[in-house]
Amino acid sequence: MTTLTKEAGAPVPADEGAFLSVRDLHVTFKTEDGPVRAVNGLSFDLQRGKTLGIVGESGSGKSVTNLTILGLHNPMFTTIEGDIVLDGKELTTARESELEKLRGNKVAMIFQDPLTALSPYYTVGRQIAEPYRKHTGASKQAAWDRAVEMLGKVGIPNPKARAKDYPHQFSGGMRQRAMIAMSLVCNPDLLIADEPTTALDVTVQAQILDLLKDLQREFGTAIIFITHDLGVISDMADDIMVMYAGNAVERGTVDEVLRSPQHPYTWGLLNSMPRIDSDLSAPLAPIPGAPPSLLNPPSGCRFHPRCTFAERVGGARCVTERPLLGPDRASACHLTAEQKRTIFVEEIKPRLG
Amino acid sequence: MLRFLLRRIAGSAVILLLLTVVAFLLFFGMPRDPALLMCGKTCTPDALANIHRTLGIDKSIPEQFWIFLSGLVMGRDDFAQGPCPAPCFGYSYHTNEAVWSTLLDRLPLTLSLALGATVAFLIVGLGTGMLAAWRRGTVIDKTFTAGSMVLSSMQIYFLGPLALALLVYQMDLFDEPKYTELTTNPVAWFTGLLIPWAVLSTIFAAQYTRMSRSAMIEQLQEEHVRTARAKGMSRRYVFFRYAWRGSLIPIITILGIDLGTLLGGAIITEYTFGLPGLGMLAVESVNFSDLPLLLGVMLFSAAMILLFNIVVDACYAFVDPRVRLS
Repeated sequence: MTTLTKEAGAPVPADEGAFLSVRDLHVTFKTEDGPVRAVNGLSFDLQRGKTLGIVGESGSGKSVTNLTILGLHNPMFTTIEGDIVLDGKELTTARESELEKLRGNKVAMIFQDPLTALSPYYTVGRQIAEPYRKHTGASKQAAWDRAVEMLGKVGIPNPKARAKDYPHQFSGGMRQRAMIAMSLVCNPDLLIADEPTTALDVTVQAQILDLLKDLQREFGTAIIFITHDLGVISDMADDIMVMYAGNAVERGTVDEVLRSPQHPYTWGLLNSMPRIDSDLSAPLAPIPGAPPSLLNPPSGCRFHPRCTFAERVGGARCVTERPLLGPDRASACHLTAEQKRTIFVEEIKPRLG
Repeated sequence: MLRFLLRRIAGSAVILLLLTVVAFLLFFGMPRDPALLMCGKTCTPDALANIHRTLGIDKSIPEQFWIFLSGLVMGRDDFAQGPCPAPCFGYSYHTNEAVWSTLLDRLPLTLSLALGATVAFLIVGLGTGMLAAWRRGTVIDKTFTAGSMVLSSMQIYFLGPLALALLVYQMDLFDEPKYTELTTNPVAWFTGLLIPWAVLSTIFAAQYTRMSRSAMIEQLQEEHVRTARAKGMSRRYVFFRYAWRGSLIPIITILGIDLGTLLGGAIITEYTFGLPGLGMLAVESVNFSDLPLLLGVMLFSAAMILLFNIVVDACYAFVDPRVRLS
């Protein structure tokens, strides 16, 4: 087990030009049943002004990775190994006070459910003004004016009056707008959006995505966009990283991953997406099985118990040897490049319609 | 908000009225003749009839109730002891004092005991609870958790005599608890109540430690608390501004009930320390089958509990804006 995880992180060299560079990240939670390896040798890079989409099932380590970047894990139960370098600064060993200066300032976060993610006890304006005051040292009045300005920018009508409202007086879409205003109030260089549209209905979803794209164009913010919705990600991201059981299994540009996916798990994800123009009588095709327990993950390739192509690799490689993910366009699978291409073109693509 | 409070006050008035009916029927509608209690050993039918007339219990029960109720609102002057201004609960069978003035006599002690103990147990209980939550998992947390567990399973009638035996009789550190009016001698007021306060608040504080700790821990796991951390607010700020605010809601609920109960008379505490407050009065009125007094104490305690329930509702609105506007 240990030897396998060691070898998994090694192959990707650090990218000097990247704004955010994560190398061989391991996140382990201590639980009563034993250590849970939530993230296991993850590496990725993000350039300024670009959007990285992270896709995967619940429990694949998407959110954990991003909470770790901000140091928001509970240090009592969590051990972090590896490197997170933001703009040349190592974050895994940074002091709490340094991380505090970073959070909401250089790196901001948007959460999934804007109802529970905003405090019910303080006005929307105050909650937006708070980080601005803290990070810029602005006066109370200046911070409030800034909050009103931000509310206007994210498209809240009559921002001056609405800033005095409490979150429960806002609709779901407006709350998420307020959340975005809050995260962008200090002009962050990196915005981590953790399923920002999952709790919203579809029309509001589209508005929020447009808003994020507009704001990114205006401020040049890099975005990490976490989602399990491939439709949303094709709209938002430049690059995609597919995660499974605490690991990246495939990465590439949006076009590469969505048009010629290489990993059986990605095929499964694409396959299980319902299409509006598909035959109504055709059943949905979910990935068989369930995500593995990270308490006791499968040996070798973590996807092998659910993989329908494992026997084509030949031998027991999928069970014994963990496939590695190379740099740039890559997928962590023992199938040969030729096999991946032919299987996708001949067996998967026709089913996607 | 005002309309909400008015509605709650009206609702409480209805409950109080119903309670009056039930209590009245239980005490005065009982088959046992209260006049017999007053008549003594050498009771003649004539004397009994005389007492019946004086007490007004020769009339029908609804008529009696009406007289009692209107007496509460407007006062009465049909008592041999003299006029009885509103709110008139009648005169004690035992002492011949007006019930209302007896209640008012005993109230300052109970008020002092209850409020003093409340201040103490809130400060100690919330303080230790929050400290335990802040240092969750450390030795401090474990000590407070275990200590509060032991103390909250203690009883006043155990801790009280223990404190008296140790602090007063053995070590001679304090005088026996005694009530002095605050206005007469503030120092004597304070020292006289110190041990009762300490004993009463020890047991309550232990409960509030546990409550406050678990409420804080629950609040710290709220998503909006994580959001506040994610926007760079310090741990201390988030703890006191975001988490503490939410942790107050369950605490206020329990505090309202506790305060109402305490102001109705901390029976065991007052009895343990021989302090003549409302709780002691309740015990006395039961011992002497002093029905008007018992009814008076009961309705007064009930009114206190209802009053503090309304105060709690008002506090919710103060703490949580979602309540304020709905």
